Amino acid sequence: MHVVIVGNGIAGVTAARHVRKASAGARVTMVSDETLEPFARTALMYIYMGALTLAHTQMYEERFWAENRIDRVQDRALSLDPARQRLALRDGGEMPYDRLLLATGSRPAIPPWPGASLPGVQGLYHLSDVERMERDTRGIRSAVVVGGGLIGVELAEMLGTRGVAVTFLVREARYLPRVFSEAESALVAAEVRRHGVDLRLGAEVARVEGDERARAVVTADGERWAAGFVGVGTGVRPHVDWLGGAVETGRGVLVDRQLRASAPNVWAAGDCAELRDPPAGVRPVEPIWYTARLQGATAGLGLAGRVRDYAPGVYFNSAKFFDLEWQVYGATAGDGDDWERADGARSLRIHHHDGAVTGVSALGVRLRQDVCSRWIAEGWPLDRALADLGAARFDPELTAPLLA
Amino acid sequence: MADLPLYNPGADLALFSNPAFRPTAVQRLALALVAAGVVAVIVALAGGASGAPAVWGGLALAGLGGGGVLWALAGLARPAGVRAEGTMFSSNQARGAVGWAVGLVLTGLYVVLYFWPAALGGLVALGDPLSRLLRGQPATVANGGQWFLYTTVYTLAVAVMGVRALVRYRHSRYHVVRTLSVMFFQTVIAFALPFFLVRLGEPELFFLYTWPLDYDLFFPWKVAELRETGRLGVAMLVWGVALIALITPVLTFFFGKRWYCSWVCGCGGLAETAGDPYRHLSDKSLGAWKLERWLVHGVLAVITVGTAALWVAAVADVGWLDAVAVGFSNQYGFLIGSIFAGVVGVGFYPIFGSRVWCRFGCPMAAVLGLQQRFFSRFRITTNGGQCISCGQCSAYCEMGIDVRWYAQRGQNVVRASCVGCGVCATVCPRGVLRLENGPDTSGARRAGAPANNLITDLEIL
Ligand SMILES: Cc1cc2nc3c(=O)[nH]c(=O)nc-3n(C[C@H](O)[C@H](O)[C@H](O)COP(=O)(O)OP(=O)(O)OC[C@H]3O[C@@H](n4cnc5c(N)ncnc54)[C@H](O)[C@@H]3O)c2cc1C
Ligand code: SF4
Ligand code: SF4
Repeated sequence: MHVVIVGNGIAGVTAARHVRKASAGARVTMVSDETLEPFARTALMYIYMGALTLAHTQMYEERFWAENRIDRVQDRALSLDPARQRLALRDGGEMPYDRLLLATGSRPAIPPWPGASLPGVQGLYHLSDVERMERDTRGIRSAVVVGGGLIGVELAEMLGTRGVAVTFLVREARYLPRVFSEAESALVAAEVRRHGVDLRLGAEVARVEGDERARAVVTADGERWAAGFVGVGTGVRPHVDWLGGAVETGRGVLVDRQLRASAPNVWAAGDCAELRDPPAGVRPVEPIWYTARLQGATAGLGLAGRVRDYAPGVYFNSAKFFDLEWQVYGATAGDGDDWERADGARSLRIHHHDGAVTGVSALGVRLRQDVCSRWIAEGWPLDRALADLGAARFDPELTAPLLA
Repeated sequence: MADLPLYNPGADLALFSNPAFRPTAVQRLALALVAAGVVAVIVALAGGASGAPAVWGGLALAGLGGGGVLWALAGLARPAGVRAEGTMFSSNQARGAVGWAVGLVLTGLYVVLYFWPAALGGLVALGDPLSRLLRGQPATVANGGQWFLYTTVYTLAVAVMGVRALVRYRHSRYHVVRTLSVMFFQTVIAFALPFFLVRLGEPELFFLYTWPLDYDLFFPWKVAELRETGRLGVAMLVWGVALIALITPVLTFFFGKRWYCSWVCGCGGLAETAGDPYRHLSDKSLGAWKLERWLVHGVLAVITVGTAALWVAAVADVGWLDAVAVGFSNQYGFLIGSIFAGVVGVGFYPIFGSRVWCRFGCPMAAVLGLQQRFFSRFRITTNGGQCISCGQCSAYCEMGIDVRWYAQRGQNVVRASCVGCGVCATVCPRGVLRLENGPDTSGARRAGAPANNLITDLEIL
């Protein structure tokens, strides 16, 4: 059996490992166009900052792939013929498969502002984006970052390490209003400003101005910000255009509960997949690392013949806003109330509804995933969870507790 | 995971334009002071300082020490937190020409110190005023003044670069306390106390070290010598036995080898302070891990067998064994004590990272490592499935442990070589790692099955 995986991100790599483990006999080929060695996209910022090299971000030592008989091909899939079970590759001709995984990830979604296609305006997703950014930020003095998501903050931090004056334009009136409480938004905003970034909330971009490259960003209320570079972190969209109509797509490749696409023997996982019938509390497209990994594992088992439902368990995610770490578990917004504590530099919020904890959000406090997940999965009452806070602590030794 | 190339021309391109390095006025002043210190050292080496050792010695101290501290304090201008940017662009830190030059100078100084100490005569004289103060005698090569100078410089390096570590890691109480600890043990227990003892007419004793690191402590002639020196000598012997046989296993059971390697030991102290800028240069490959296990346990085996043979020779009075035993002692002292621990261990900081000796050579680390691996509660706990595989932890592990290998599988890290410096946990941007030594609450998983994959019935790759 020949299992072909398109995309060597965390979804593709996790799937390949699971196929190999569940089926010693399968031939596994991973086709990807970006790099031969799978690397962690989440670490792109550190390459630009010079905290890591590309080699540091590679997920496994080179020998791992030969030892586990996972073949890698650096090539681009141009189209898919599901009837003949073949992929057309840019350089390598046709590649037949018995089972196929689509794990092609996302691409940055840049809003159609006038001037958005000027050189010096870009998102951050692929390695080539870092290379372009390296080239286009040499010698510039000021830059504008647009979009209050997680990539936006990373762009601001990256530019700051090059001594560039950064203006950070966020459309919302406060930082990530759908995810954070007001206190949390304020804490993150303060952290961003503490690092010298000029954070402008409620700023809607109207256009980018420039000549042979970007020079400034103009907002809807007419303010003009000089920008030798414009970093855009307004979101991503699944990388599925190349598929044409080969499999059914919505925003992403539409898949069932077992992550199977509409064509036989085709699966999809990670950023590029869209669940037709997501489990309760799960978004149809969830472009985050952990989801891609769990879906990759589920699809990998399916490809190897051990088909199973995608069951991600209690939601979790994490990020870092400059020096402020964030962890979130379960549902922290919507119906219910917040229990919240903060000390000016850190905060902890427990969301509860109908007498049961539904979610936890921690800024500058490290928590233990298994403990927080248990509170939520078992619907612990708030008091019981609070009494269990000690068990949830994951801060480094000798750290002063948030609540004495 | 191929690391930085052994010689990294890319870093040299950035030598005068490291995009992440824009020195402030204070930093420029500090660099100028350090340069003045280096000039003073060169002048002294060339014999030009003999007229006024106090002046040139003062200049060297103010330049290297004062300049170093000023440089460290300049770090306060940046926000507290993990500030690793620019490391991989730095000619000094990323195996560029500056790193190689520093490495060659350090190695060269060690070689001269061990084999041609007379060549250091001019430099040794700089230590004269301090030597008279602390030891009550002048500093000359004839009376071991080069070793006085060496310990002084070593201690100064721990103190000055300790200030740098304190500033760099000031956001983490664990690092602050740990750094203060190694600074205290080096300056007071390893440096000041032995000289104080000598002034009191007692033997020069180093209470931080015991066999097998202090490899000749239990050699027959050393035991005899210590017993002759009276109560304090005997106390040292008793302390040495207690340290290796009692204190070490007990503390390592509860806290891991870190209680020694990154809180107390002077070699560790230098690595955690002066070596900190180079910690990421350790080799993370599987091959290096294999080499490490052979070498470090090999050294332990050699010193154990050798010490036993010395006693057999001494007690049984076998003539030929005597000769072999003395030959062994000399060879071990030369190859392991001098070449490995000094020339390679410290000289190669900018090339192979800060813990070459601790990882590949130190027999004490081998003992502590075996205890940590098999008889200790200490572990680095991985926080479920939180790892984003970024590679920071592995990159900045000075012991060359591929921490990410475990973390991305959701597995705890239990490795003989881990010195518990805690830097992997500090640099992790997602709070995935925690040094722990309490009883394992999360289901007896000291180094058990990975937690974040769906195949629970299969051993995952
Ligand atoms: C800068 C940055 C930081 C991030 N930080 C976090 C974070 O902290 N936490 C978090 O949860 N998530 C984070 N994310 C999101 C996370 O990285 C993604 O959700 C995850 O990488 C998706 O993995 P994937 O395997 O689905 O796709 P990808 O990682 O995108 O991999 C897909 C690969 O397939 C290749 N490919 C695409 N089409 C083809 C084709 N036709 N032929 C051949 N190859 C093709 C692509 O080039 C790519 O290499 C971050 C993303 C970025 C960009
Ligand atoms: S694994 Fe972590 S704590 Fe152990 S030596 Fe490496 S960096 Fe230090
Ligand atoms: S444990 Fe932390 S530092 Fe290490 S790879 Fe995972 S996320 Fe990165």
